[in-house]
Amino acid sequence: MTRQRLKAKMPQIVINLVVILSMVLWIVPTVGLLITSFRPASDVVYSGWWTVLTSPLKFTQYTVENYRTVLATGGMLTAFRNSFIITIGGTVIPVFLAALAAFGLSRLHFRGRGFFYALIVFMLVVPTQMTFIPVLRLYNKLSLSGTFVGLWLVHTGYGLPFSIFMLHSFFQGLPDELFEAAHIDGASLWTSFIRLAIPLSVPALASLVIFQFLFVWNDLLVALIYLGGHESVAPLTMRLSSLVGSFGQDWHLLTAAAFVSMVVPLIVFFSLQQYFVRGLLGGAVKG
Amino acid sequence: MKLVKRKTGALTPLLYVGPAVLFLLVYQVYPALQTVYLSFMDRRSQSFVGLENYKYVFTSQTMLRAFKNNLLWLVVFTAGTVGLGLLFAILVDRVKYERLAKSIIFMPMAISFVGAGVVWKFMYAYKPSGAEQIGLLNQILVVLGFEPKGWLLESPINNLALIVVGLWIWTGYCMVILSAAYKGIPKELMEAGQVDGANDWQVFRHIIVPEMRPALTMVTTTMLVNVLKIFDIIYVMTNGNFGTEVIANRMFKEMFQFANTGRASAIAVVLFVIIIPIMYANIRQKLKGEEAR
Repeated sequence: MTRQRLKAKMPQIVINLVVILSMVLWIVPTVGLLITSFRPASDVVYSGWWTVLTSPLKFTQYTVENYRTVLATGGMLTAFRNSFIITIGGTVIPVFLAALAAFGLSRLHFRGRGFFYALIVFMLVVPTQMTFIPVLRLYNKLSLSGTFVGLWLVHTGYGLPFSIFMLHSFFQGLPDELFEAAHIDGASLWTSFIRLAIPLSVPALASLVIFQFLFVWNDLLVALIYLGGHESVAPLTMRLSSLVGSFGQDWHLLTAAAFVSMVVPLIVFFSLQQYFVRGLLGGAVKG
Repeated sequence: MKLVKRKTGALTPLLYVGPAVLFLLVYQVYPALQTVYLSFMDRRSQSFVGLENYKYVFTSQTMLRAFKNNLLWLVVFTAGTVGLGLLFAILVDRVKYERLAKSIIFMPMAISFVGAGVVWKFMYAYKPSGAEQIGLLNQILVVLGFEPKGWLLESPINNLALIVVGLWIWTGYCMVILSAAYKGIPKELMEAGQVDGANDWQVFRHIIVPEMRPALTMVTTTMLVNVLKIFDIIYVMTNGNFGTEVIANRMFKEMFQFANTGRASAIAVVLFVIIIPIMYANIRQKLKGEEAR
C-alpha cells in the first residue's frame, strides 16, 4: 500500500523539479543579458554578470551609460524609429487588404472564387526565398529598394496569404442571418463590411495585428534583401546584426543594443499574450 | 451549411479581392515562376545553362555541407522542440504556477532571432583558459574543472550550440499549441485508462498521443518548415563560418556575396520542392480543423 502511495507521490516532486529547472534555464540567458547591459564596460570585461548576484542591491555597480552610447552613436535611435515606421505600414496595409479579401471571399458569389482560395492556400506553401531575386530586380527598376514604401508593400505581399486564410475561416463562422438582415434593412455591402464584419471580428483582427506586428518588427531577412546597405532606413534587427560585427567583443554595448531591440516585442507580448496565443491557436488547432 | 450570398455586379467582387489578387500575383506568383526560369540560366541570367546550377547544388562540397547541417537541424531541432513542447505541455498542467511557467518558456518567441542570437552568443562567450570567463556556459565548465570551450568555433559542437538557440526560441510555441490540445482530451478518457490499470506510460502511449495526433502533426510540420528555412540565427551567430552553413544562408551568399543568380535560384527551387510535401500535410491538417468546426 505504501509503495503504491509512494509511486503516486513521487512524480509530483519530480514534476515540480523539472518545471522549475526548465523555467530557470529559459530565463537565465535573458537575465544575464539584461544585467550586463547595465554594467560598466570595465566590469563586463573582467567578471561574469553573475558576480553581481552576491550583492545585487549595490546600485553603484550599475550604469545607463551603455544605453546612452548605443542610442546616440550606435544608431539604435534611428533604427528604433525605422522599425516603427516599417512595422506600422507593414501591419496596417496587409491586415486591411486581407480583411477586404476575406470578406469578399466569404460573402460574395463570383466566378473564380474557388480558384482564388486555392491560390491563397498554395501561396502558403511557397517559401519567400522563391521570390527574392525577381522582386528585387523589379524593385531596382522601380527604385523601390531601400525605401519604406517598398518594404511595406513587400511585407503586404508576403503576409497576405496567411492573413486571408486566417480571417476567411473566421468570417465563415459569422452567422449568415445577420448579413441577410442587414441586406433587407438596406445596408450596402460596404456598410455591412465596416459596421458588421469588422466589429464582430475584433478578437481575430487583434490576434492577426499582433502577429503581423511581431513578425515584421522581428524580421531580418526581408529587410536585408530589400533595404540593401542603406543604414539610414535599417530597422533594429539589421542595425543590431551589423553591430555584432562592428562591436564584436564589446558586450556592454551589444547587450544594451539587443535589449533596445527587444523592449517593444516584450511589452506587446506580456500585455497582449492572450491575443497572441489565440492567434497562434486560430492558425493552428481549433481553440 | 446553407450559403446565402448576395447577388452583385461583376465589378463589386473585384473591389474586395482585387487588391489582394494583385499583390499575390506581383509578389508571389510571378516571382516564383521567374525564379524557376532563372535557375536554368547562368549567373547573370543571360544564357541557358540547363541543369548546371542543379548539378552545383547537389554535388559541390559547400552545398553538401549545408545539406548535412540542415539534416542535423532537421532531426535534432524538430525532435527537440516537439518532444520538449509535449513534455512541458503535460507537466505544466500539473503545477499551480502553470501560467507563469508557460509565459517564461514562451517568451523567447516574442523577441527577434537576432536578439536571441546576441543573447546566446553572450552565453557562449569564450576566453582562453586561465582568463576570467564572462560566458555562463564556460564559467560552469571551468567551475566543474573542465577546459573552456569555443562553442561557436569548434565543429561539430557549434552546430548543436546553434540548434540549442533554436530550441530555446521554438519550444514555447510547440508547448502552447500542444497544451491546448492536451487540455482538450476528455478527462474521463484518461481516468478510464487509469482505472483499467494502465500506468502513466501506457496512458501516454495509448490515450494521450493518439488523441493529440492532429496537433502533433501540425506542430511537427510547422517545425520542419521552419528548420528548412532557418537563417537568422546562423547569420548573426557564425555567418555560416566554421562549418555551420545551412541551405538558406547559402542562397543568401550566392545572391549577394557571389552575385550568382542562377545558383541562388536553383537553391530556392530545391528548398521549395523539399517543403511542398511537408506543407501539404500541414495545410491538410489545418483544413481538416476548419471542417470540424
